[in-house]
Amino acid sequence: MTDEKREIVIPSQLLGETKDKRAGDGTFVEDGKIYSSLLGVLNIRQQFINVVPLKGRYEPSERDFVIGIVDIPMSSSWLVDINAPYPALLHVNEVPWDVEFGETEKYLNNGDCIMAKVLQVDQEKKLQITLNDRNLYKIKGGLLIDVEPSKVPRIIGKKGSMISLLKQYTKCRIFVGQNGRVWIDGDEQGIKKVIDTIKQIERESLSYGLTSKIEEMLKKEFKDV
Amino acid sequence: MKSDIKLFENGKRLDGRKPDELRNIKIETGVLHRAEGSCYLEWGGNKVIVAVYGPREAIPRHTQNPLRAIVNARYNMAAFSVDDRKRPGPDRRSREISKVISEALGHAIFLERFPRASIDVNIEVLEAEAGTRCAGLTAAGVALVDAGIPMRDIPVACAAGKIEGQVVLDLGKEEDNFGSADLPIAISPRTGEILLLQMDGHMTGDEFNTALDMAIKGCHTVSEIQKKAITEKYQKTEGD
Repeated sequence: MTDEKREIVIPSQLLGETKDKRAGDGTFVEDGKIYSSLLGVLNIRQQFINVVPLKGRYEPSERDFVIGIVDIPMSSSWLVDINAPYPALLHVNEVPWDVEFGETEKYLNNGDCIMAKVLQVDQEKKLQITLNDRNLYKIKGGLLIDVEPSKVPRIIGKKGSMISLLKQYTKCRIFVGQNGRVWIDGDEQGIKKVIDTIKQIERESLSYGLTSKIEEMLKKEFKDV
Repeated sequence: MKSDIKLFENGKRLDGRKPDELRNIKIETGVLHRAEGSCYLEWGGNKVIVAVYGPREAIPRHTQNPLRAIVNARYNMAAFSVDDRKRPGPDRRSREISKVISEALGHAIFLERFPRASIDVNIEVLEAEAGTRCAGLTAAGVALVDAGIPMRDIPVACAAGKIEGQVVLDLGKEEDNFGSADLPIAISPRTGEILLLQMDGHMTGDEFNTALDMAIKGCHTVSEIQKKAITEKYQKTEGD
């Protein structure tokens, strides 16, 4: 990528033609012309024209790791809010415990937080999530914050570089859900630092060399302590 | 209705505008924190605020469409928005406007990407001075973009009308009350499709055509202001 300013595009903005480019995410094609369908940042990679959204709801896709908040326990399943347009279904077969029929409330109740994996998204956008995977469990303690779902890749960084940096310096446990929820656990000062840093990453998500900038900042701060 | 004020004199209108001149428009996006998308718009003396929520699961359930999302626009005038206190709550007029705005906005959104969902658009008129449905729809278009909803186009609206035999753009309060016709339209500026067309009063066929052309031209002007408002806001906060 070049070092020029990132271009903000708005819906219906003409981005190119199908003759020489291919339409990627966040775009649509009409009469051989490619237009943006979102408010976002233009990202041209080889053949593809993509628009990375600035804002918007989390769009669930299979195998995403998310943080959910249990909404309604039903007799053999739970309805979980995962910040998507629709509530997600968590069936008793998809949890690691042996739940008796009608006793779902004993395990997960309204307001409980869970780390989960999106199991299935069908055509009608009915969602199913599961707890049967590595490191998925009910969250106890810690703090949950909301970020813009489109900024999650920046918080994680390339191959997790940003998030491991944060973990290393603040000694906090952090889990970033693809749906824009972040769970943090650690000592008070560490949590505060993580929140500040994440807010900064969100604010400056479009600048280049952000990881190294954040690293320098963290290095300086933690030398003083 | 006859009045003793001259609405049109020496090629100038009551407020000093030329026949094809718009009132001043000011658009600001992202003004509300709780809403997913929002917009505040001033169009002459009109003040409108719009909040967008969703896409989220449509409630009540029987309104859900398994193939696409539904758009719920709610146009509401504040009690203090007009000279005499307006009785609060939905009435015949605001329900009609809500319906036509919902349909106009629906044509610009990729509704099929959100089956069973609803997109709620709350249009609140804080101060009214003729042309609130156009102002509301224009603001709603900006707020939808601000909410990050995938769209084909940013819908935009503008009105034309007839006062004392002269076709003019964007009627003001007196012109609306004492003029002879009002023609609000909404278009999709990229394709030029008409999303909304209503008319109040009488015009001849020729007058109608001139008014329509004038209103479409006005829409394109407003569209540029809309686009500028969005890009400016995000270029500033995100661009560097």
